[in-house]
Amino acid sequence: MSETVTRKLMLFFPKCECEKPIIYHLVKDYNLVVNVYRAKVTPEEEGYLVLDVTGTEEDIDKAMAFVRTFNVSINYSGKGVVRDEEICTHCGHCITHCPTDALYIADQARREVGYSEAKCIECLACIRVCPFNACASAF
Amino acid sequence: MKTYQQINDRIESGKAVVLTADEIMDYVDKKGLAATAKEVDVVTTATFGPMCSSGCFLNFGHSRPKIRMSEAWVEDVLVYTGIAAVDVYLGATQLRHGDPANMYHPGEFRYGGGHVIEDLVAGKTLQLFALSYGTDCYPLRELRTYFTIDDLNQAVMVNPRNCYQNYNVAVNDSDKTIYTYMGTLDPNRKNANYCSAGQLSPLLNDPFYEVIGVGTKVWLAGAHGHVYAEGTQHAGACERTPGGIPKSGAGTLALTGDMKQMRPEFVRGVTLRGYGVSLALGVGIPIPILNEDVLKRTCVRDRDIMTPVVDYGHEYPQNTGKVITYVSYEQLRSGRIEIEGKEISVGSLSSYYKALQIANLLADEIKRGEFILAEPIEPLAKDKKMKPLLMRKKPS
Repeated sequence: MSETVTRKLMLFFPKCECEKPIIYHLVKDYNLVVNVYRAKVTPEEEGYLVLDVTGTEEDIDKAMAFVRTFNVSINYSGKGVVRDEEICTHCGHCITHCPTDALYIADQARREVGYSEAKCIECLACIRVCPFNACASAF
Repeated sequence: MKTYQQINDRIESGKAVVLTADEIMDYVDKKGLAATAKEVDVVTTATFGPMCSSGCFLNFGHSRPKIRMSEAWVEDVLVYTGIAAVDVYLGATQLRHGDPANMYHPGEFRYGGGHVIEDLVAGKTLQLFALSYGTDCYPLRELRTYFTIDDLNQAVMVNPRNCYQNYNVAVNDSDKTIYTYMGTLDPNRKNANYCSAGQLSPLLNDPFYEVIGVGTKVWLAGAHGHVYAEGTQHAGACERTPGGIPKSGAGTLALTGDMKQMRPEFVRGVTLRGYGVSLALGVGIPIPILNEDVLKRTCVRDRDIMTPVVDYGHEYPQNTGKVITYVSYEQLRSGRIEIEGKEISVGSLSSYYKALQIANLLADEIKRGEFILAEPIEPLAKDKKMKPLLMRKKPS
Protein backbone atom coordinates (compact mmCIF):
# COMPACT_ATOMS: atom_id res chain seq x y z
CA MET A 1 0.00 0.00 0.00
CA SER A 2 1.60 3.29 -1.03
CA GLU A 3 1.37 6.40 1.11
CA THR A 4 -1.68 8.60 0.84
CA VAL A 5 -1.54 12.33 0.24
CA THR A 6 -4.13 15.11 0.48
CA ARG A 7 -4.57 17.70 -2.25
CA LYS A 8 -6.75 20.79 -2.15
CA LEU A 9 -8.40 21.47 -5.47
CA MET A 10 -10.81 23.90 -7.04
CA LEU A 11 -12.84 22.49 -9.91
CA PHE A 12 -14.76 24.51 -12.45
CA PHE A 13 -17.58 22.71 -14.22
CA PRO A 14 -18.71 24.23 -17.50
CA LYS A 15 -22.41 24.32 -18.32
CA CYS A 16 -22.66 20.91 -19.95
CA GLU A 17 -20.95 19.00 -17.12
CA CYS A 18 -22.92 20.14 -14.10
CA GLU A 19 -25.36 17.28 -14.00
CA LYS A 20 -22.77 14.49 -14.02
CA PRO A 21 -21.91 12.79 -10.69
CA ILE A 22 -18.17 13.18 -11.15
CA ILE A 23 -17.30 13.29 -7.45
CA TYR A 24 -19.14 10.01 -6.93
CA HIS A 25 -16.72 8.35 -9.35
CA LEU A 26 -13.70 9.78 -7.50
CA VAL A 27 -14.83 7.83 -4.44
CA LYS A 28 -16.17 4.73 -6.13
CA ASP A 29 -13.62 4.14 -8.91
CA TYR A 30 -10.45 5.86 -7.64
CA ASN A 31 -10.64 5.14 -3.89
CA LEU A 32 -10.36 8.80 -2.98
CA VAL A 33 -11.58 10.26 0.28
CA VAL A 34 -13.23 13.58 -0.56
CA ASN A 35 -13.96 16.49 1.74
CA VAL A 36 -16.00 19.23 0.12
CA TYR A 37 -15.52 22.74 1.56
CA ARG A 38 -17.69 24.79 -0.71
CA ALA A 39 -19.75 24.30 -3.85
CA LYS A 40 -21.82 26.60 -6.00
CA VAL A 41 -23.97 26.23 -9.09
CA THR A 42 -24.60 29.48 -10.94
CA PRO A 43 -27.81 30.43 -12.77
CA GLU A 44 -25.78 29.86 -15.95
CA GLU A 45 -25.52 26.22 -14.79
CA GLU A 46 -21.79 26.43 -14.29
CA GLY A 47 -20.38 24.94 -11.14
CA TYR A 48 -17.53 25.59 -8.71
CA LEU A 49 -16.27 23.13 -6.15
CA VAL A 50 -13.47 23.39 -3.61
CA LEU A 51 -12.48 20.11 -2.01
CA ASP A 52 -9.73 17.99 -0.51
CA VAL A 53 -9.00 14.62 -2.08
CA THR A 54 -7.00 12.03 -0.14
CA GLY A 55 -5.53 8.94 -1.78
CA THR A 56 -2.35 7.57 -3.30
CA GLU A 57 -0.50 9.79 -5.79
CA GLU A 58 -1.31 7.26 -8.48
CA ASP A 59 -5.03 7.19 -7.73
CA ILE A 60 -5.19 10.99 -7.59
CA ASP A 61 -3.39 11.29 -10.95
CA LYS A 62 -5.75 8.77 -12.56
CA ALA A 63 -8.77 10.49 -11.02
CA MET A 64 -7.65 13.87 -12.35
CA ALA A 65 -7.15 12.40 -15.81
CA PHE A 66 -10.73 11.12 -15.54
CA VAL A 67 -11.99 14.54 -14.38
CA ARG A 68 -10.28 16.22 -17.34
CA THR A 69 -12.19 14.06 -19.82
CA PHE A 70 -15.28 16.08 -18.78
CA ASN A 71 -13.89 19.48 -19.73
CA VAL A 72 -13.65 20.32 -16.04
CA SER A 73 -10.77 22.66 -15.23
CA ILE A 74 -8.66 21.88 -12.19
CA ASN A 75 -6.94 24.52 -10.09
CA TYR A 76 -4.42 22.67 -7.93
CA SER A 77 -3.76 25.54 -5.59
CA GLY A 78 -7.37 25.36 -4.46
CA LYS A 79 -7.84 29.10 -4.48
CA GLY A 80 -11.49 29.52 -3.55
CA VAL A 81 -10.49 32.37 -1.25
CA VAL A 82 -7.80 34.73 -2.45
CA ARG A 83 -5.91 37.28 -0.43
CA ASP A 84 -4.38 40.16 -2.36
CA GLU A 85 -1.04 40.87 -0.72
CA GLU A 86 -0.87 44.31 -2.33
CA ILE A 87 -4.14 45.34 -0.69
CA CYS A 88 -3.51 43.74 2.73
CA THR A 89 -2.12 46.21 5.28
CA HIS A 90 -1.27 43.49 7.82
CA CYS A 91 -3.49 45.06 10.47
CA GLY A 92 -4.44 41.63 11.78
CA HIS A 93 -8.18 42.17 12.22
CA CYS A 94 -8.84 38.89 10.37
CA ILE A 95 -6.71 36.78 12.71
CA THR A 96 -9.28 36.27 15.47
CA HIS A 97 -12.06 35.56 12.99
CA CYS A 98 -10.23 32.83 11.07
CA PRO A 99 -11.28 29.53 12.68
CA THR A 100 -8.39 27.43 11.36
CA ASP A 101 -5.46 29.86 11.66
CA ALA A 102 -5.13 29.93 7.87
CA LEU A 103 -4.57 33.65 8.46
CA TYR A 104 -1.84 34.02 11.03
CA ILE A 105 0.99 36.24 12.23
CA ALA A 106 3.90 35.08 10.07
CA ASP A 107 6.49 37.35 11.66
CA GLN A 108 5.90 38.32 15.28
CA ALA A 109 8.48 41.14 15.35
CA ARG A 110 6.99 42.93 12.34
CA ARG A 111 3.41 41.66 12.86
CA GLU A 112 3.24 40.48 9.27
CA VAL A 113 0.09 38.55 8.37
CA GLY A 114 0.51 35.30 6.45
CA TYR A 115 -2.05 33.15 4.65
CA SER A 116 -1.90 29.39 4.32
CA GLU A 117 -4.23 28.25 1.55
CA ALA A 118 -3.96 24.64 2.65
CA LYS A 119 -5.52 25.46 6.02
CA CYS A 120 -8.39 27.55 4.61
CA ILE A 121 -11.80 25.88 4.94
CA GLU A 122 -13.54 28.57 2.88
CA CYS A 123 -15.79 29.90 5.66
CA LEU A 124 -15.43 33.39 4.14
CA ALA A 125 -15.19 35.11 7.55
CA CYS A 126 -12.12 37.09 6.39
CA ILE A 127 -14.06 38.51 3.45
CA ARG A 128 -16.69 39.90 5.82
CA VAL A 129 -14.29 41.40 8.35
CA CYS A 130 -11.36 42.75 6.29
CA PRO A 131 -11.41 46.57 6.53
CA PHE A 132 -9.48 46.84 3.25
CA ASN A 133 -11.33 44.19 1.22
CA ALA A 134 -8.05 42.30 0.77
CA CYS A 135 -9.78 38.90 0.77
CA ALA A 136 -12.16 37.81 -1.98
CA SER A 137 -13.92 34.68 -3.16
CA ALA A 138 -13.05 33.25 -6.56
CA PHE A 139 -16.76 32.45 -7.00
CA MET B 1 22.33 68.71 25.05
CA LYS B 2 21.65 69.44 21.39
CA THR B 3 19.60 72.12 19.70
CA TYR B 4 17.26 71.78 16.73
CA GLN B 5 19.74 73.82 14.73
CA GLN B 6 22.63 71.45 15.53
CA ILE B 7 20.50 68.42 14.65
CA ASN B 8 19.32 70.02 11.40
CA ASP B 9 22.91 70.93 10.48
CA ARG B 10 23.85 67.27 10.88
CA ILE B 11 20.84 66.21 8.79
CA GLU B 12 21.74 68.67 6.03
CA SER B 13 25.33 67.47 5.94
CA GLY B 14 24.07 63.88 5.63
CA LYS B 15 25.70 62.87 8.91
CA ALA B 16 22.66 62.49 11.16
CA VAL B 17 22.38 59.29 13.16
CA VAL B 18 18.78 58.10 13.02
CA LEU B 19 17.14 55.06 14.60
CA THR B 20 13.52 53.93 14.75
CA ALA B 21 11.55 53.75 18.01
CA ASP B 22 11.60 49.99 17.46
CA GLU B 23 15.42 49.87 17.55
CA ILE B 24 16.37 52.55 20.06
CA MET B 25 15.74 50.63 23.32
CA ASP B 26 18.13 47.78 22.49
CA TYR B 27 20.69 50.34 21.34
CA VAL B 28 20.45 52.25 24.62
CA ASP B 29 20.63 49.01 26.62
CA LYS B 30 23.90 48.26 24.85
CA LYS B 31 25.53 51.69 24.73
CA GLY B 32 24.02 53.48 27.71
CA LEU B 33 21.79 56.53 27.86
CA ALA B 34 24.48 59.23 27.99
CA ALA B 35 26.56 57.92 25.08
CA THR B 36 23.47 57.29 22.92
CA ALA B 37 22.07 60.78 23.63
CA LYS B 38 25.31 62.24 22.29
CA GLU B 39 25.47 59.95 19.26
CA VAL B 40 21.85 59.67 18.06
CA ASP B 41 20.18 62.74 16.54
CA VAL B 42 16.69 61.52 15.74
CA VAL B 43 14.36 58.65 16.69
CA THR B 44 11.53 58.06 14.23
CA THR B 45 8.06 57.04 15.40
CA ALA B 46 5.10 56.01 13.27
CA THR B 47 1.58 54.68 13.18
CA PHE B 48 -0.81 53.32 10.55
CA GLY B 49 -4.47 52.82 11.32
CA PRO B 50 -8.02 54.06 10.81
CA MET B 51 -8.29 57.76 11.70
CA CYS B 52 -11.92 58.76 11.24
CA SER B 53 -11.38 62.45 11.88
CA SER B 54 -9.61 62.95 8.55
CA GLY B 55 -10.52 64.72 5.36
CA CYS B 56 -9.35 67.21 2.79
CA PHE B 57 -9.99 70.57 1.23
CA LEU B 58 -10.12 70.54 -2.55
CA ASN B 59 -10.11 73.53 -4.87
CA PHE B 60 -11.45 72.79 -8.34
CA GLY B 61 -10.77 76.11 -10.08
CA HIS B 62 -13.54 77.83 -12.04
CA SER B 63 -15.64 76.42 -14.86
CA ARG B 64 -16.85 78.52 -17.79
CA PRO B 65 -19.42 79.86 -16.99
CA LYS B 66 -18.70 79.94 -13.29
CA ILE B 67 -20.57 78.08 -10.55
CA ARG B 68 -20.92 78.72 -6.80
CA MET B 69 -21.30 75.10 -5.71
CA SER B 70 -24.03 74.86 -3.09
CA GLU B 71 -24.20 71.06 -3.07
CA ALA B 72 -21.60 68.72 -4.54
CA TRP B 73 -20.64 65.08 -4.69
CA VAL B 74 -17.37 63.39 -5.65
CA GLU B 75 -17.98 59.83 -6.83
CA ASP B 76 -21.48 60.26 -5.33
CA VAL B 77 -19.99 61.02 -1.92
CA LEU B 78 -21.35 64.28 -0.50
CA VAL B 79 -18.76 67.00 0.14
CA TYR B 80 -19.20 70.12 2.26
CA THR B 81 -19.71 73.26 0.20
CA GLY B 82 -20.43 75.85 2.90
CA ILE B 83 -17.20 77.64 2.04
CA ALA B 84 -16.01 79.56 -1.06
CA ALA B 85 -17.44 78.94 -4.55
CA VAL B 86 -15.28 76.05 -5.72
CA ASP B 87 -13.73 74.92 -2.42
CA VAL B 88 -15.09 71.76 -0.81
CA TYR B 89 -14.26 69.62 2.23
CA LEU B 90 -14.41 65.88 1.76
CA GLY B 91 -14.70 63.89 5.00
CA ALA B 92 -13.39 60.34 5.51
CA THR B 93 -16.55 58.90 7.08
CA GLN B 94 -19.08 60.31 4.59
CA LEU B 95 -21.13 57.53 2.99
CA ARG B 96 -21.81 57.30 -0.71
CA HIS B 97 -25.22 58.65 -1.75
CA GLY B 98 -27.80 55.87 -1.58
CA ASP B 99 -25.72 53.61 0.67
CA PRO B 100 -28.28 51.68 2.72
CA ALA B 101 -26.04 52.10 5.81
CA ASN B 102 -27.33 49.74 8.50
CA MET B 103 -30.81 49.40 7.01
CA TYR B 104 -29.87 45.75 6.38
CA HIS B 105 -27.75 45.07 9.44
CA PRO B 106 -24.80 44.66 9.43
CA GLY B 107 -24.30 47.07 6.54
CA GLU B 108 -21.44 46.48 4.10
CA PHE B 109 -20.18 50.08 3.71
CA ARG B 110 -18.02 49.28 0.72
CA TYR B 111 -17.28 52.85 -0.44
CA GLY B 112 -17.23 56.30 1.11
CA GLY B 113 -15.14 59.39 1.78
CA GLY B 114 -12.04 57.44 2.82
CA HIS B 115 -12.14 55.50 -0.44
CA VAL B 116 -12.54 58.70 -2.48
CA ILE B 117 -9.44 60.09 -0.75
CA GLU B 118 -7.56 56.85 -1.52
CA ASP B 119 -8.62 56.99 -5.19
CA LEU B 120 -7.71 60.67 -5.43
CA VAL B 121 -4.18 60.06 -4.10
CA ALA B 122 -3.87 57.02 -6.38
CA GLY B 123 -4.41 59.33 -9.35
CA LYS B 124 -7.75 57.86 -10.46
CA THR B 125 -10.25 59.80 -12.54
CA LEU B 126 -13.20 60.82 -10.37
CA GLN B 127 -16.61 62.34 -11.06
CA LEU B 128 -17.66 65.71 -9.69
CA PHE B 129 -21.36 66.57 -9.68
CA ALA B 130 -22.37 69.99 -8.36
CA LEU B 131 -25.56 72.00 -8.04
CA SER B 132 -26.11 75.67 -7.37
CA TYR B 133 -28.95 78.16 -6.93
CA GLY B 134 -27.21 80.49 -9.41
CA THR B 135 -26.12 84.07 -8.83
CA ASP B 136 -25.33 87.04 -11.05
CA CYS B 137 -21.61 86.38 -10.67
CA TYR B 138 -21.87 82.55 -10.69
CA PRO B 139 -24.67 81.73 -13.15
CA LEU B 140 -24.07 77.99 -13.76
CA ARG B 141 -26.59 75.87 -11.85
CA GLU B 142 -25.43 72.32 -12.57
CA LEU B 143 -22.12 70.73 -13.48
CA ARG B 144 -20.84 67.21 -14.08
CA THR B 145 -17.18 66.63 -14.95
CA TYR B 146 -14.30 64.25 -14.44
CA PHE B 147 -10.98 65.09 -12.83
CA THR B 148 -7.80 63.73 -11.27
CA ILE B 149 -5.76 65.16 -8.41
CA ASP B 150 -3.46 66.81 -11.01
CA ASP B 151 -6.37 68.94 -12.24
CA LEU B 152 -6.96 70.45 -8.79
CA ASN B 153 -5.34 73.68 -7.67
CA GLN B 154 -5.09 72.39 -4.10
CA ALA B 155 -5.76 69.05 -2.45
CA VAL B 156 -4.82 69.58 1.19
CA MET B 157 -5.45 66.97 3.82
CA VAL B 158 -6.70 68.59 7.03
CA ASN B 159 -7.32 66.11 9.82
CA PRO B 160 -8.79 67.41 13.08
CA ARG B 161 -7.73 64.29 15.01
CA ASN B 162 -4.98 61.77 14.26
CA CYS B 163 -2.39 59.84 16.24
CA TYR B 164 -4.31 59.04 19.42
CA GLN B 165 -1.68 58.70 22.13
CA ASN B 166 -3.15 55.43 23.42
CA TYR B 167 -6.43 53.61 22.82
CA ASN B 168 -8.97 51.20 24.31
CA VAL B 169 -8.95 47.48 23.77
CA ALA B 170 -12.47 46.53 22.75
CA VAL B 171 -14.30 43.39 23.86
CA ASN B 172 -17.96 42.42 23.75
CA ASP B 173 -19.59 41.12 26.92
CA SER B 174 -23.05 40.90 25.38
CA ASP B 175 -24.50 37.68 23.98
CA LYS B 176 -24.60 38.74 20.33
CA THR B 177 -21.99 39.77 17.76
CA ILE B 178 -21.51 43.54 17.59
CA TYR B 179 -20.13 45.66 14.75
CA THR B 180 -18.11 48.63 15.93
CA TYR B 181 -15.48 51.12 14.83
CA MET B 182 -13.12 48.74 16.66
CA GLY B 183 -14.14 45.98 14.26
CA THR B 184 -16.38 42.95 14.60
CA LEU B 185 -16.55 41.70 18.19
CA ASP B 186 -17.81 38.22 18.94
CA PRO B 187 -20.18 37.67 21.89
CA ASN B 188 -19.19 36.68 25.41
CA ARG B 189 -15.73 38.25 25.24
CA LYS B 190 -14.50 35.79 22.61
CA ASN B 191 -12.10 38.21 20.92
CA ALA B 192 -10.46 41.56 21.60
CA ASN B 193 -9.33 44.30 19.21
CA TYR B 194 -6.78 47.02 19.82
CA CYS B 195 -5.64 49.94 17.67
CA SER B 196 -2.22 51.43 18.35
CA ALA B 197 1.36 51.02 17.21
CA GLY B 198 2.35 50.83 20.91
CA GLN B 199 6.07 51.41 21.40
CA LEU B 200 6.35 52.81 17.88
CA SER B 201 3.45 55.26 18.24
CA PRO B 202 4.45 58.98 18.16
CA LEU B 203 2.87 60.34 21.35
CA LEU B 204 3.78 57.25 23.40
CA ASN B 205 7.41 58.18 22.71
CA ASP B 206 6.80 61.73 23.88
CA PRO B 207 4.28 61.20 26.67
CA PHE B 208 4.53 64.72 28.13
CA TYR B 209 4.53 66.54 24.75
CA GLU B 210 8.06 67.81 25.28
CA VAL B 211 9.07 67.76 21.62
CA ILE B 212 5.91 67.20 19.58
CA GLY B 213 3.84 70.38 19.46
CA VAL B 214 2.07 72.76 17.10
CA GLY B 215 4.43 73.33 14.19
CA THR B 216 6.19 69.95 14.38
CA LYS B 217 6.94 68.68 10.89
CA VAL B 218 5.48 65.24 10.22
CA TRP B 219 5.58 62.60 7.51
CA LEU B 220 1.95 62.34 6.44
CA ALA B 221 1.53 59.43 4.04
CA GLY B 222 4.77 60.48 2.33
CA ALA B 223 4.06 64.22 2.23
CA HIS B 224 5.91 66.61 4.51
CA GLY B 225 3.08 68.02 6.61
CA HIS B 226 2.83 69.42 10.08
CA VAL B 227 0.89 69.53 13.32
CA TYR B 228 -1.42 72.57 12.97
CA ALA B 229 -3.17 72.36 16.35
CA GLU B 230 -3.85 70.02 19.22
CA GLY B 231 -6.20 67.32 17.96
CA THR B 232 -9.88 67.29 18.88
CA GLN B 233 -10.53 65.49 22.18
CA HIS B 234 -6.89 66.10 23.18
CA ALA B 235 -6.90 65.35 26.92
CA GLY B 236 -3.40 65.10 28.33
CA ALA B 237 -4.57 65.25 31.93
CA CYS B 238 -5.36 61.61 32.53
CA GLU B 239 -4.33 58.67 34.66
CA ARG B 240 -0.74 57.65 33.91
CA THR B 241 1.58 54.75 34.75
CA PRO B 242 4.44 55.46 37.21
CA GLY B 243 6.58 55.92 34.06
CA GLY B 244 4.23 58.67 32.84
CA ILE B 245 2.51 56.74 30.05
CA PRO B 246 -1.18 57.64 29.70
CA LYS B 247 -3.55 54.79 30.57
CA SER B 248 -6.23 56.07 28.20
CA GLY B 249 -6.57 57.90 24.87
CA ALA B 250 -5.04 61.16 26.17
CA GLY B 251 -3.28 63.31 23.54
CA THR B 252 -4.18 63.74 19.87
CA LEU B 253 -2.77 65.74 16.96
CA ALA B 254 -4.39 67.79 14.21
CA LEU B 255 -2.38 67.19 11.04
CA THR B 256 -2.22 68.69 7.59
CA GLY B 257 -0.26 67.92 4.43
CA ASP B 258 -0.30 68.26 0.64
CA MET B 259 -2.12 65.28 -0.86
CA LYS B 260 -0.31 65.73 -4.16
CA GLN B 261 2.88 64.57 -2.41
CA MET B 262 1.26 61.52 -0.76
CA ARG B 263 1.89 57.85 -1.49
CA PRO B 264 -1.24 55.78 -2.14
CA GLU B 265 -0.11 52.75 -0.13
CA PHE B 266 -0.35 54.89 3.03
CA VAL B 267 -3.76 56.44 2.30
CA ARG B 268 -6.34 53.67 2.39
CA GLY B 269 -10.13 53.63 2.50
CA VAL B 270 -11.54 51.53 5.31
CA THR B 271 -14.71 49.45 5.41
CA LEU B 272 -16.02 48.57 8.85
CA ARG B 273 -18.90 46.14 8.53
CA GLY B 274 -21.98 47.30 10.42
CA TYR B 275 -20.28 50.58 11.36
CA GLY B 276 -19.26 52.67 8.37
CA VAL B 277 -16.31 53.88 6.35
CA SER B 278 -13.10 55.56 7.38
CA LEU B 279 -9.57 56.30 6.27
CA ALA B 280 -6.41 54.50 7.35
CA LEU B 281 -3.42 56.76 7.26
CA GLY B 282 0.30 56.42 7.73
CA VAL B 283 1.97 59.03 9.93
CA GLY B 284 5.63 59.29 10.88
CA ILE B 285 6.96 61.79 13.41
CA PRO B 286 10.65 62.40 14.11
CA ILE B 287 11.76 62.95 17.69
CA PRO B 288 14.87 65.12 18.00
CA ILE B 289 17.15 63.71 20.68
CA LEU B 290 17.76 67.02 22.41
CA ASN B 291 18.87 65.47 25.71
CA GLU B 292 18.92 62.29 27.77
CA ASP B 293 15.36 62.80 29.07
CA VAL B 294 13.90 62.96 25.58
CA LEU B 295 15.91 59.88 24.62
CA LYS B 296 14.83 57.99 27.72
CA ARG B 297 11.16 58.47 26.83
CA THR B 298 11.69 57.05 23.33
CA CYS B 299 12.96 53.84 24.96
CA VAL B 300 9.42 52.92 26.04
CA ARG B 301 8.61 49.27 25.42
CA ASP B 302 5.31 47.56 24.72
CA ARG B 303 5.44 45.92 28.15
CA ASP B 304 5.46 49.37 29.83
CA ILE B 305 2.40 50.68 28.00
CA MET B 306 -0.90 49.80 29.66
CA THR B 307 -4.24 50.21 27.96
CA PRO B 308 -7.82 49.80 29.21
CA VAL B 309 -10.01 46.87 28.17
CA VAL B 310 -13.56 48.14 27.65
CA ASP B 311 -16.85 46.35 26.98
CA TYR B 312 -18.30 47.72 23.73
CA GLY B 313 -21.45 45.63 24.21
CA HIS B 314 -22.76 47.86 26.99
CA GLU B 315 -20.30 50.08 28.88
CA TYR B 316 -18.86 52.00 25.91
CA PRO B 317 -22.17 52.81 24.18
CA GLN B 318 -23.73 53.85 27.50
CA ASN B 319 -20.67 56.02 28.29
CA THR B 320 -20.24 54.59 31.79
CA GLY B 321 -16.44 54.86 31.69
CA LYS B 322 -16.08 51.38 33.20
CA VAL B 323 -12.76 49.64 32.58
CA ILE B 324 -12.57 45.84 32.94
CA THR B 325 -8.79 45.75 33.41
CA TYR B 326 -5.54 47.06 31.94
CA VAL B 327 -3.27 45.04 29.65
CA SER B 328 0.10 45.83 28.07
CA TYR B 329 0.87 46.02 24.35
CA GLU B 330 3.33 43.19 24.87
CA GLN B 331 0.42 40.99 25.95
CA LEU B 332 -1.74 42.25 23.08
CA ARG B 333 0.92 41.65 20.45
CA SER B 334 1.39 38.08 21.66
CA GLY B 335 -2.05 37.42 20.15
CA ARG B 336 -3.71 36.29 23.38
CA ILE B 337 -4.65 38.01 26.62
CA GLU B 338 -6.06 36.53 29.79
CA ILE B 339 -8.85 38.36 31.58
CA GLU B 340 -10.56 36.98 34.68
CA GLY B 341 -9.13 33.53 33.98
CA LYS B 342 -10.33 33.42 30.38
CA GLU B 343 -8.01 33.39 27.36
CA ILE B 344 -9.09 35.77 24.61
CA SER B 345 -7.66 35.94 21.10
CA VAL B 346 -6.50 39.40 20.06
CA GLY B 347 -6.75 41.16 16.72
CA SER B 348 -5.75 44.65 15.71
CA LEU B 349 -6.94 47.45 13.46
CA SER B 350 -3.63 49.26 13.48
CA SER B 351 -0.84 47.83 11.34
CA TYR B 352 2.51 47.53 13.12
CA TYR B 353 3.93 46.18 9.86
CA LYS B 354 3.09 49.41 8.01
CA ALA B 355 4.10 51.60 10.97
CA LEU B 356 7.53 49.96 10.96
CA GLN B 357 7.80 50.56 7.22
CA ILE B 358 6.98 54.25 7.77
CA ALA B 359 9.46 54.65 10.65
CA ASN B 360 12.17 53.23 8.38
CA LEU B 361 11.16 55.34 5.36
CA LEU B 362 11.25 58.49 7.49
CA ALA B 363 14.60 57.48 9.01
CA ASP B 364 16.00 57.01 5.48
CA GLU B 365 14.71 60.42 4.35
CA ILE B 366 16.33 62.10 7.35
CA LYS B 367 19.61 60.26 6.79
CA ARG B 368 19.61 61.40 3.14
CA GLY B 369 19.15 64.98 4.32
CA GLU B 370 15.70 65.26 2.70
CA PHE B 371 13.63 65.78 5.85
CA ILE B 372 14.56 68.73 8.06
CA LEU B 373 12.99 68.97 11.52
CA ALA B 374 10.86 71.93 12.62
CA GLU B 375 10.80 73.27 16.14
CA PRO B 376 7.28 73.58 17.58
CA ILE B 377 5.92 77.09 17.85
CA GLU B 378 3.53 76.18 20.66
CA PRO B 379 3.38 73.20 23.06
CA LEU B 380 0.36 70.89 23.36
CA ALA B 381 -1.75 71.38 26.49
CA LYS B 382 -0.88 69.04 29.36
CA ASP B 383 -3.74 69.94 31.68
CA LYS B 384 -6.83 69.42 29.50
CA LYS B 385 -9.54 66.94 30.40
CA MET B 386 -12.18 65.48 28.14
CA LYS B 387 -15.61 67.02 28.69
CA PRO B 388 -18.82 65.06 28.06
CA LEU B 389 -21.82 66.46 26.20
CA LEU B 390 -24.52 67.36 28.71
CA MET B 391 -28.11 66.84 27.64
CA ARG B 392 -29.77 69.95 29.07
CA LYS B 393 -33.34 71.18 29.04
CA LYS B 394 -33.83 74.48 27.19
CA PRO B 395 -33.03 77.28 29.64
CA SER B 396 -36.17 79.18 30.58
